[in-house]
Amino acid sequence: MAQYPELTKPTVSIEPDMAADLDAGQRRGRRRFRLQFILVWVILIGALVGALVAINKIDPVFISTWGPFILGGAGLTIVICVGSIVLATMLAVLGAFGRLSRNPVTFGLASLYVSLVRGTPLLVQIIFIYFALPQLGIVLPALPAGIIALGFNYGAYMTEIFRAGIQAVPRGQREAAEALAMPERLVMRRIVLPQAVRIVIPAIGNEFIAMIKDSALVSIIGVTELLWRAEAIGTQKFRTLEAILIAALVYWVLTIIFSFFQERLERRMARADR
Amino acid sequence: MNNEPDKVIVHVEGVHKYFGRLHVLRGVDLEVVRGEAVMLIGRSGSGKTTLLRCINFLEEPSAGAIELDGLRVDADPLRSRDRAHREQIRQIRLRAGMLFQEFNLFPHMTVLQNCIEAPIRVRGLGRDEAVALAERYLAKVGLLDKRDEHPARLSGGQQQRTAIARALCMEPKVLMFDEPTSALDPELIGEVLHVMEELAHEGTTMIVVTHEMHFAQEAADRVLFMEEGEIVEQGPPEQVLNEPRDDRTKQFLRRFLATASA
Repeated sequence: MAQYPELTKPTVSIEPDMAADLDAGQRRGRRRFRLQFILVWVILIGALVGALVAINKIDPVFISTWGPFILGGAGLTIVICVGSIVLATMLAVLGAFGRLSRNPVTFGLASLYVSLVRGTPLLVQIIFIYFALPQLGIVLPALPAGIIALGFNYGAYMTEIFRAGIQAVPRGQREAAEALAMPERLVMRRIVLPQAVRIVIPAIGNEFIAMIKDSALVSIIGVTELLWRAEAIGTQKFRTLEAILIAALVYWVLTIIFSFFQERLERRMARADR
Repeated sequence: MNNEPDKVIVHVEGVHKYFGRLHVLRGVDLEVVRGEAVMLIGRSGSGKTTLLRCINFLEEPSAGAIELDGLRVDADPLRSRDRAHREQIRQIRLRAGMLFQEFNLFPHMTVLQNCIEAPIRVRGLGRDEAVALAERYLAKVGLLDKRDEHPARLSGGQQQRTAIARALCMEPKVLMFDEPTSALDPELIGEVLHVMEELAHEGTTMIVVTHEMHFAQEAADRVLFMEEGEIVEQGPPEQVLNEPRDDRTKQFLRRFLATASA
């Protein structure tokens, strides 16, 4: 047996007011970090804007005249996103049950859906639904076509998220519920799903942010959303730089706003179990 | 209280269980009568837990039959998805409460909700009735004041006691415990064993897989020693634990006591 030196009693003892001082000090440190990091953002963004103004190629008149027109596309962007996320969520729930099903037909259907959609580019899917389906006699207006394409695409990715979320609920939860004689459906609805939802919320939030940006792709089929408007007016007035900058800024702000709400929801969910 | 004291509540008949090619239970027969507290001991891997899980079909036995309070279900591993078979299994589970090593409380529900969920949705009790029942059993395990807490706020011992109350709310014919104190810090084991001992003395029919020899000594009516998927020796606790007849039991107890006191 090795000999260990005798443990000596700690010579420093922490008094209550000392603990309070330490705590206050740490909080001051965190606040200083936040202030400094915000300052870095302000300086960098200021420098970028300053440089753009300095080279004197930006037309402020175009921005003030056509800015509101481009901004008006944000409403449609949000409509597309909300419509697609609703469709995607419904498809994902069905898809996840299919992927977990012991019925070979259901499982086959769901896994083919996921494989097909994830194996082809979103842009191809959008073009297929709007330009190719009419050849089969299925003609959809641009907006529904765009929402369906995005919803189908994200539904496939979210299928895998939901499936993983359901599988991430510990097996003991299901067993405990089964041991209480709950029938399978009840186990799923009351015990597994509520816990799976908590697990997948962060991942679903990320999907929604990705979707806000991918919604720009439907401009290709003439949905008059944010990017379409920016491109149209920018090309027409030979002011694409200003137009695209405005569109980019709006996408950025939209994702920041959404992230803010997502973070708050996650924090509330984390608290709910305590 | 017991008008038919010798009525057989649990009857395990020639149960075999294979995991793949591993023969985990090799023809187990067991009868438990009403009010009896049976303790299963044996080294890990001897099949104690699997036997318990076969009784309420959390594992489908590979062969044999389970009879629980008059309801007999034959093992039918190939038909385990069959609707009628599933329903029979559910009827078995209504009669058998189960406690797990890891408690498995539902984390998104409060203590009270944990206790009333199945009584309302499975037994069809009214909400008031279920709450009254839950409050009675929570008081019994000493946790009535925690009724509105979520499990994450409770200690391990409190969680296991909540799980006991939850199982009692189904008013099962037999309670099965799968190493209920193995996941607990040493200082929390006592409070759970205390509740279990009380239940045993009140005449609750129970089957307990345990490593707590002291507890078995105090609370068991019968101790079974399992080894390699078979019941090797059984009898009153004084006999099995103090004067074991089978060499394998002797060896197990000798080793167990040696490691326990080290």
